[in-house]
Amino acid sequence: MDHNEQQENAHKPIKRNEMTRRQFLSYTLGGATAFMGMGAVLPMLRFAVDPLLQKKQAGAFVKVIEESKVTTEPQQVDFQVHQVDGWYESDPKMQAYIAKGDDGKVFALSPICKHLGCTISWSGEEAPNLYHCPCHGARYSKDGKNLKVAPKPLDEYQVKIDNGWVYLGPLEANTRV
Amino acid sequence: MFKGMYNWIDERLDVTPMWRDIADHEVPEHVNPAHHFSAFVYCFGGLTFFITVIQILSGMFLTMYYVPDIINAYYSVDYLQHQVAFGGIVRGMHHWGASLVIVMMFLHTLRVFFTGSYKAPREMNWVVGMLIFFVMLGLGFTGYLLPWDDKAYYATKVGLEIAGSVPWIGGYIKELLNGGTIVGAQTLTRFFAIHVFFLPGVLLTLLAAHFFMIRKQGISGPL
Repeated sequence: MDHNEQQENAHKPIKRNEMTRRQFLSYTLGGATAFMGMGAVLPMLRFAVDPLLQKKQAGAFVKVIEESKVTTEPQQVDFQVHQVDGWYESDPKMQAYIAKGDDGKVFALSPICKHLGCTISWSGEEAPNLYHCPCHGARYSKDGKNLKVAPKPLDEYQVKIDNGWVYLGPLEANTRV
Repeated sequence: MFKGMYNWIDERLDVTPMWRDIADHEVPEHVNPAHHFSAFVYCFGGLTFFITVIQILSGMFLTMYYVPDIINAYYSVDYLQHQVAFGGIVRGMHHWGASLVIVMMFLHTLRVFFTGSYKAPREMNWVVGMLIFFVMLGLGFTGYLLPWDDKAYYATKVGLEIAGSVPWIGGYIKELLNGGTIVGAQTLTRFFAIHVFFLPGVLLTLLAAHFFMIRKQGISGPL
Protein backbone atom coordinates (compact mmCIF):
# COMPACT_ATOMS: atom_id res chain seq x y z
CA MET A 1 0.00 0.00 0.00
CA ASP A 2 1.65 3.23 -1.06
CA HIS A 3 1.21 6.65 0.41
CA ASN A 4 -1.41 7.81 -2.08
CA GLU A 5 -3.64 4.89 -1.48
CA GLN A 6 -3.47 5.46 2.24
CA GLN A 7 -4.60 9.02 1.74
CA GLU A 8 -7.54 7.88 -0.36
CA ASN A 9 -8.62 5.33 2.18
CA ALA A 10 -8.65 7.94 4.89
CA HIS A 11 -11.19 9.95 2.94
CA LYS A 12 -13.47 7.05 2.08
CA PRO A 13 -16.54 6.89 4.29
CA ILE A 14 -16.11 4.14 6.89
CA LYS A 15 -17.99 1.03 5.81
CA ARG A 16 -20.07 -0.53 8.55
CA ASN A 17 -22.75 -3.13 8.57
CA GLU A 18 -25.53 -0.74 9.31
CA MET A 19 -28.21 -1.83 11.72
CA THR A 20 -31.35 0.20 11.56
CA ARG A 21 -32.90 1.52 14.74
CA ARG A 22 -35.93 -0.65 14.02
CA GLN A 23 -33.79 -3.78 13.76
CA PHE A 24 -31.95 -2.93 16.97
CA LEU A 25 -35.18 -2.38 18.84
CA SER A 26 -36.83 -5.53 17.56
CA TYR A 27 -33.76 -7.59 18.50
CA THR A 28 -33.49 -6.16 22.01
CA LEU A 29 -37.22 -6.21 22.70
CA GLY A 30 -37.59 -9.68 21.16
CA GLY A 31 -34.60 -10.93 23.13
CA ALA A 32 -35.88 -9.48 26.39
CA THR A 33 -39.34 -10.94 25.76
CA ALA A 34 -37.90 -14.35 24.95
CA PHE A 35 -35.76 -14.21 28.10
CA MET A 36 -38.74 -13.40 30.30
CA GLY A 37 -40.89 -15.99 28.51
CA MET A 38 -38.24 -18.63 29.16
CA GLY A 39 -38.16 -17.55 32.80
CA ALA A 40 -41.83 -18.47 33.06
CA VAL A 41 -41.85 -21.55 30.84
CA LEU A 42 -38.62 -23.35 31.78
CA PRO A 43 -39.59 -23.98 35.43
CA MET A 44 -42.85 -25.49 34.22
CA LEU A 45 -41.06 -27.77 31.76
CA ARG A 46 -38.57 -28.90 34.40
CA PHE A 47 -41.54 -29.49 36.72
CA ALA A 48 -43.20 -31.66 34.07
CA VAL A 49 -40.18 -33.85 33.30
CA ASP A 50 -39.34 -34.35 36.98
CA PRO A 51 -40.40 -38.04 37.07
CA LEU A 52 -37.74 -38.79 34.44
CA LEU A 53 -35.03 -37.23 36.58
CA GLN A 54 -36.10 -38.47 40.03
CA LYS A 55 -33.75 -40.96 41.62
CA LYS A 56 -35.09 -44.43 41.07
CA GLN A 57 -36.02 -46.39 44.15
CA ALA A 58 -33.30 -48.94 44.88
CA GLY A 59 -34.92 -52.35 44.75
CA ALA A 60 -34.93 -53.95 48.17
CA PHE A 61 -34.66 -57.70 48.64
CA VAL A 62 -37.64 -59.45 50.17
CA LYS A 63 -37.56 -62.73 52.08
CA VAL A 64 -39.90 -65.18 50.37
CA ILE A 65 -39.25 -68.87 51.06
CA GLU A 66 -36.89 -71.30 52.78
CA GLU A 67 -34.27 -72.62 50.42
CA SER A 68 -34.96 -76.21 51.46
CA LYS A 69 -38.55 -75.92 50.23
CA VAL A 70 -37.53 -74.97 46.68
CA THR A 71 -37.87 -77.95 44.34
CA THR A 72 -37.11 -78.58 40.69
CA GLU A 73 -40.84 -78.08 40.06
CA PRO A 74 -41.63 -74.33 39.83
CA GLN A 75 -43.91 -73.16 42.63
CA GLN A 76 -45.76 -69.92 42.98
CA VAL A 77 -44.76 -67.61 45.82
CA ASP A 78 -46.53 -64.39 46.76
CA PHE A 79 -44.70 -61.59 48.49
CA GLN A 80 -45.06 -57.89 49.15
CA VAL A 81 -42.75 -55.05 48.21
CA HIS A 82 -42.87 -51.54 49.60
CA GLN A 83 -43.56 -49.11 46.78
CA VAL A 84 -43.39 -45.32 46.86
CA ASP A 85 -45.40 -43.82 44.02
CA GLY A 86 -45.19 -40.04 44.33
CA TRP A 87 -47.35 -39.15 47.35
CA TYR A 88 -48.81 -42.66 47.54
CA GLU A 89 -47.06 -45.45 49.40
CA SER A 90 -48.31 -49.00 49.21
CA ASP A 91 -47.26 -52.62 49.56
CA PRO A 92 -48.40 -54.24 46.34
CA LYS A 93 -48.47 -58.04 46.10
CA MET A 94 -45.94 -59.57 43.74
CA GLN A 95 -45.76 -63.05 42.38
CA ALA A 96 -42.88 -65.22 41.35
CA TYR A 97 -42.39 -68.78 40.17
CA ILE A 98 -39.45 -70.14 42.04
CA ALA A 99 -37.57 -73.35 41.21
CA LYS A 100 -34.23 -75.11 41.22
CA GLY A 101 -32.69 -75.28 37.78
CA ASP A 102 -30.90 -78.24 36.22
CA ASP A 103 -27.67 -76.56 37.33
CA GLY A 104 -28.92 -76.75 40.93
CA LYS A 105 -29.27 -72.98 41.27
CA VAL A 106 -32.41 -71.35 42.64
CA PHE A 107 -34.07 -68.94 40.24
CA ALA A 108 -37.34 -67.00 40.23
CA LEU A 109 -39.33 -65.93 37.19
CA SER A 110 -41.84 -63.12 36.83
CA PRO A 111 -45.28 -64.37 35.79
CA ILE A 112 -45.85 -61.36 33.53
CA CYS A 113 -46.11 -62.58 29.94
CA LYS A 114 -43.63 -60.88 27.62
CA HIS A 115 -46.20 -60.83 24.84
CA LEU A 116 -48.77 -58.34 26.15
CA GLY A 117 -48.45 -58.44 29.93
CA CYS A 118 -51.08 -60.99 31.01
CA THR A 119 -50.31 -63.29 33.93
CA ILE A 120 -49.02 -66.74 33.06
CA SER A 121 -49.17 -69.90 35.14
CA TRP A 122 -47.14 -73.09 35.41
CA SER A 123 -48.25 -76.34 33.85
CA GLY A 124 -51.84 -77.59 33.54
CA GLU A 125 -53.83 -79.68 31.12
CA GLU A 126 -53.21 -77.46 28.12
CA ALA A 127 -49.49 -77.19 28.55
CA PRO A 128 -47.96 -79.82 30.81
CA ASN A 129 -44.60 -78.77 32.24
CA LEU A 130 -44.66 -75.42 30.46
CA TYR A 131 -45.69 -71.90 31.42
CA HIS A 132 -48.75 -70.87 29.49
CA CYS A 133 -50.54 -67.60 29.05
CA PRO A 134 -54.36 -67.65 28.92
CA CYS A 135 -54.64 -64.56 26.72
CA HIS A 136 -52.96 -65.50 23.44
CA GLY A 137 -51.52 -68.94 24.16
CA ALA A 138 -47.89 -68.01 24.73
CA ARG A 139 -45.70 -70.86 26.04
CA TYR A 140 -42.45 -70.77 27.98
CA SER A 141 -40.08 -73.49 29.13
CA LYS A 142 -39.21 -74.03 32.79
CA ASP A 143 -36.24 -71.68 32.38
CA GLY A 144 -38.54 -69.06 30.89
CA LYS A 145 -37.50 -69.53 27.26
CA ASN A 146 -40.19 -68.21 24.92
CA LEU A 147 -41.46 -71.12 22.80
CA LYS A 148 -44.58 -69.65 21.22
CA VAL A 149 -46.13 -66.21 20.57
CA ALA A 150 -44.00 -64.24 23.05
CA PRO A 151 -41.04 -62.28 21.63
CA LYS A 152 -38.76 -62.53 24.67
CA PRO A 153 -38.02 -64.91 27.56
CA LEU A 154 -39.65 -64.30 30.97
CA ASP A 155 -38.01 -61.74 33.24
CA GLU A 156 -36.08 -63.01 36.22
CA TYR A 157 -35.93 -61.75 39.79
CA GLN A 158 -32.51 -61.21 41.28
CA VAL A 159 -32.03 -63.94 43.86
CA LYS A 160 -30.03 -63.80 47.07
CA ILE A 161 -29.69 -66.68 49.48
CA ASP A 162 -28.94 -65.90 53.08
CA ASN A 163 -29.11 -68.12 56.14
CA GLY A 164 -31.26 -70.73 54.41
CA TRP A 165 -33.79 -68.22 53.10
CA VAL A 166 -34.38 -67.07 49.54
CA TYR A 167 -34.64 -63.30 48.98
CA LEU A 168 -35.99 -61.78 45.78
CA GLY A 169 -34.84 -58.43 44.46
CA PRO A 170 -35.54 -56.29 41.38
CA LEU A 171 -36.47 -57.75 38.02
CA GLU A 172 -33.89 -58.16 35.29
CA ALA A 173 -33.77 -59.73 31.85
CA ASN A 174 -33.64 -63.51 31.80
CA THR A 175 -30.11 -64.83 32.33
CA ARG A 176 -30.85 -68.54 31.91
CA VAL A 177 -31.71 -68.77 28.23
CA MET B 1 -36.00 -20.75 6.83
CA PHE B 2 -38.90 -19.30 8.83
CA LYS B 3 -39.55 -16.85 6.04
CA GLY B 4 -39.78 -19.75 3.60
CA MET B 5 -42.13 -21.67 5.88
CA TYR B 6 -44.28 -18.61 6.41
CA ASN B 7 -44.47 -17.93 2.68
CA TRP B 8 -45.39 -21.55 1.98
CA ILE B 9 -48.30 -21.38 4.42
CA ASP B 10 -49.26 -17.88 3.31
CA GLU B 11 -49.49 -18.91 -0.36
CA ARG B 12 -51.99 -21.60 0.58
CA LEU B 13 -54.00 -19.98 3.38
CA ASP B 14 -53.51 -16.25 2.83
CA VAL B 15 -52.86 -15.62 6.54
CA THR B 16 -51.29 -12.17 6.18
CA PRO B 17 -54.63 -10.26 6.19
CA MET B 18 -55.72 -12.22 9.30
CA TRP B 19 -52.48 -11.36 11.04
CA ARG B 20 -52.99 -7.72 10.06
CA ASP B 21 -56.50 -7.73 11.55
CA ILE B 22 -55.33 -9.24 14.83
CA ALA B 23 -52.02 -7.58 15.57
CA ASP B 24 -51.14 -4.82 13.16
CA HIS B 25 -52.95 -1.73 14.33
CA GLU B 26 -51.92 1.73 15.35
CA VAL B 27 -51.53 2.62 19.00
CA PRO B 28 -53.06 6.09 19.44
CA GLU B 29 -50.73 8.69 20.87
CA HIS B 30 -52.72 9.20 24.08
CA VAL B 31 -52.31 5.52 25.06
CA ASN B 32 -48.62 5.29 24.19
CA PRO B 33 -46.39 5.62 27.27
CA ALA B 34 -43.56 6.79 24.97
CA HIS B 35 -45.53 10.00 24.36
CA HIS B 36 -47.15 10.51 27.74
CA PHE B 37 -45.71 8.46 30.55
CA SER B 38 -49.02 8.56 32.41
CA ALA B 39 -50.43 6.42 29.60
CA PHE B 40 -49.00 3.36 31.38
CA VAL B 41 -52.42 3.05 33.01
CA TYR B 42 -53.60 1.71 29.64
CA CYS B 43 -51.35 -1.35 30.17
CA PHE B 44 -53.38 -2.91 32.97
CA GLY B 45 -55.79 -4.73 30.66
CA GLY B 46 -52.93 -6.35 28.78
CA LEU B 47 -51.18 -7.19 32.04
CA THR B 48 -54.35 -8.87 33.31
CA PHE B 49 -54.41 -10.99 30.16
CA PHE B 50 -50.70 -11.77 30.48
CA ILE B 51 -51.16 -13.04 34.03
CA THR B 52 -54.24 -14.98 32.94
CA VAL B 53 -52.07 -16.78 30.37
CA ILE B 54 -49.57 -17.60 33.14
CA GLN B 55 -52.42 -18.88 35.30
CA ILE B 56 -53.66 -21.16 32.51
CA LEU B 57 -50.17 -22.49 31.79
CA SER B 58 -49.13 -23.05 35.41
CA GLY B 59 -52.54 -24.55 36.17
CA MET B 60 -52.16 -27.03 33.31
CA PHE B 61 -48.82 -28.12 34.67
CA LEU B 62 -50.11 -28.38 38.26
CA THR B 63 -52.80 -30.88 37.19
CA MET B 64 -49.96 -33.25 36.19
CA TYR B 65 -49.53 -33.96 39.91
CA TYR B 66 -52.71 -32.82 41.63
CA VAL B 67 -55.59 -35.17 42.44
CA PRO B 68 -59.01 -33.84 43.51
CA ASP B 69 -59.60 -36.47 46.17
CA ILE B 70 -60.06 -35.90 49.90
CA ILE B 71 -57.45 -38.49 50.88
CA ASN B 72 -54.76 -37.63 48.36
CA ALA B 73 -55.32 -33.95 47.48
CA TYR B 74 -53.27 -32.57 50.37
CA TYR B 75 -50.50 -35.15 49.89
CA SER B 76 -50.30 -34.54 46.16
CA VAL B 77 -49.98 -30.79 46.73
CA ASP B 78 -47.39 -31.40 49.45
CA TYR B 79 -45.51 -33.70 47.07
CA LEU B 80 -45.52 -31.31 44.11
CA GLN B 81 -44.55 -28.40 46.36
CA HIS B 82 -41.67 -30.09 48.16
CA GLN B 83 -40.49 -33.09 46.12
CA VAL B 84 -40.86 -32.03 42.51
CA ALA B 85 -38.20 -29.75 41.00
CA PHE B 86 -39.48 -26.15 40.68
CA GLY B 87 -42.71 -27.26 42.37
CA GLY B 88 -42.61 -24.28 44.70
CA ILE B 89 -42.10 -21.97 41.73
CA VAL B 90 -44.86 -23.40 39.55
CA ARG B 91 -47.36 -23.49 42.42
CA GLY B 92 -46.08 -20.07 43.50
CA MET B 93 -46.84 -18.67 40.05
CA HIS B 94 -50.39 -19.99 40.31
CA HIS B 95 -50.80 -18.90 43.93
CA TRP B 96 -49.46 -15.34 43.61
CA GLY B 97 -50.76 -14.95 40.07
CA ALA B 98 -54.27 -15.57 41.36
CA SER B 99 -54.00 -12.52 43.61
CA LEU B 100 -52.18 -10.48 41.02
CA VAL B 101 -54.87 -11.10 38.41
CA ILE B 102 -57.44 -9.58 40.77
CA VAL B 103 -55.18 -6.58 41.45
CA MET B 104 -54.50 -5.95 37.75
CA MET B 105 -58.15 -6.41 36.87
CA PHE B 106 -59.11 -3.90 39.57
CA LEU B 107 -56.59 -1.35 38.25
CA HIS B 108 -57.85 -1.94 34.70
CA THR B 109 -61.41 -1.35 35.90
CA LEU B 110 -60.37 1.88 37.63
CA ARG B 111 -58.67 3.11 34.45
CA VAL B 112 -61.76 2.34 32.37
CA PHE B 113 -63.95 4.04 34.94
CA PHE B 114 -61.93 7.24 35.34
CA THR B 115 -61.30 7.67 31.60
CA GLY B 116 -65.04 7.20 31.01
CA SER B 117 -64.26 4.45 28.53
CA TYR B 118 -67.40 2.53 29.51
CA LYS B 119 -69.62 5.15 27.86
CA ALA B 120 -71.47 4.64 24.57
CA PRO B 121 -70.76 2.84 22.32
CA ARG B 122 -68.72 0.65 24.70
CA GLU B 123 -71.36 -0.23 27.33
CA MET B 124 -71.47 -3.88 26.26
CA ASN B 125 -67.76 -4.23 26.75
CA TRP B 126 -68.11 -2.87 30.30
CA VAL B 127 -70.79 -5.48 30.99
CA VAL B 128 -68.66 -8.28 29.56
CA GLY B 129 -65.76 -6.99 31.66
CA MET B 130 -67.92 -7.18 34.78
CA LEU B 131 -68.86 -10.77 33.90
CA ILE B 132 -65.15 -11.57 33.53
CA PHE B 133 -64.62 -10.02 36.98
CA PHE B 134 -67.18 -12.38 38.54
CA VAL B 135 -65.78 -15.40 36.69
CA MET B 136 -62.32 -14.51 38.07
CA LEU B 137 -63.73 -14.31 41.59
CA GLY B 138 -65.33 -17.72 41.00
CA LEU B 139 -62.00 -19.12 39.85
CA GLY B 140 -60.35 -17.74 42.96
CA PHE B 141 -63.03 -19.18 45.24
CA THR B 142 -63.05 -22.67 43.70
CA GLY B 143 -59.26 -22.83 43.45
CA TYR B 144 -58.88 -21.95 47.12
CA LEU B 145 -60.43 -25.27 48.22
CA LEU B 146 -58.25 -27.52 46.09
CA PRO B 147 -55.18 -27.93 48.39
CA TRP B 148 -57.64 -29.37 50.94
CA ASP B 149 -55.89 -27.94 54.00
CA ASP B 150 -57.52 -26.27 57.01
CA LYS B 151 -57.51 -22.83 55.45
CA ALA B 152 -59.13 -24.15 52.28
CA TYR B 153 -61.73 -26.12 54.20
CA TYR B 154 -62.88 -23.30 56.46
CA ALA B 155 -62.74 -20.66 53.72
CA THR B 156 -65.06 -22.84 51.66
CA LYS B 157 -67.38 -23.41 54.62
CA VAL B 158 -67.62 -19.66 55.09
CA GLY B 159 -68.10 -19.04 51.37
CA LEU B 160 -70.88 -21.58 51.19
CA GLU B 161 -72.57 -20.10 54.26
CA ILE B 162 -72.55 -16.75 52.46
CA ALA B 163 -74.05 -18.40 49.37
CA GLY B 164 -76.63 -19.98 51.66
CA SER B 165 -77.68 -16.58 52.98
CA VAL B 166 -79.32 -15.63 49.66
CA PRO B 167 -83.05 -15.17 50.35
CA TRP B 168 -85.30 -18.14 49.48
CA ILE B 169 -82.97 -19.99 47.09
CA GLY B 170 -79.79 -19.76 49.23
CA GLY B 171 -80.21 -23.26 50.63
CA TYR B 172 -80.44 -24.75 47.16
CA ILE B 173 -77.41 -22.85 45.86
CA LYS B 174 -75.42 -23.98 48.87
CA GLU B 175 -76.36 -27.61 48.47
CA LEU B 176 -75.68 -27.50 44.72
CA LEU B 177 -72.18 -26.06 45.23
CA ASN B 178 -71.60 -28.44 48.12
CA GLY B 179 -72.68 -31.47 46.14
CA GLY B 180 -74.53 -32.58 49.27
CA THR B 181 -74.89 -31.38 52.81
CA ILE B 182 -71.29 -31.37 53.97
CA VAL B 183 -68.03 -29.95 52.61
CA GLY B 184 -66.49 -33.24 51.57
CA ALA B 185 -65.47 -35.56 48.76
CA GLN B 186 -68.16 -34.36 46.39
CA THR B 187 -67.47 -30.70 47.12
CA LEU B 188 -63.82 -31.17 46.19
CA THR B 189 -64.45 -32.92 42.86
CA ARG B 190 -67.17 -30.39 42.05
CA PHE B 191 -64.95 -27.42 42.79
CA PHE B 192 -62.14 -28.99 40.78
CA ALA B 193 -64.42 -29.48 37.76
CA ILE B 194 -65.72 -25.90 38.03
CA HIS B 195 -62.18 -24.56 38.50
CA VAL B 196 -60.51 -26.32 35.57
CA PHE B 197 -63.31 -26.88 33.04
CA PHE B 198 -66.44 -24.80 33.48
CA LEU B 199 -65.13 -21.39 34.52
CA PRO B 200 -62.08 -21.38 32.19
CA GLY B 201 -64.44 -22.23 29.31
CA VAL B 202 -66.70 -19.32 30.23
CA LEU B 203 -63.67 -17.08 30.79
CA LEU B 204 -62.15 -17.75 27.36
CA THR B 205 -65.49 -17.10 25.66
CA LEU B 206 -65.91 -13.81 27.51
CA LEU B 207 -62.31 -12.79 26.78
CA ALA B 208 -62.87 -13.47 23.09
CA ALA B 209 -65.93 -11.20 23.18
CA HIS B 210 -63.99 -8.56 25.18
CA PHE B 211 -61.13 -8.51 22.65
CA PHE B 212 -63.40 -8.66 19.63
CA MET B 213 -65.25 -5.58 20.85
CA ILE B 214 -62.12 -3.58 21.63
CA ARG B 215 -60.73 -4.32 18.13
CA LYS B 216 -64.05 -3.49 16.51
CA GLN B 217 -64.66 -0.28 18.45
CA GLY B 218 -61.09 0.81 19.01
CA ILE B 219 -59.57 2.37 22.11
CA SER B 220 -61.61 5.25 23.53
CA GLY B 221 -60.38 8.77 22.79
CA PRO B 222 -58.28 11.00 25.05
CA LEU B 223 -59.81 12.78 28.02
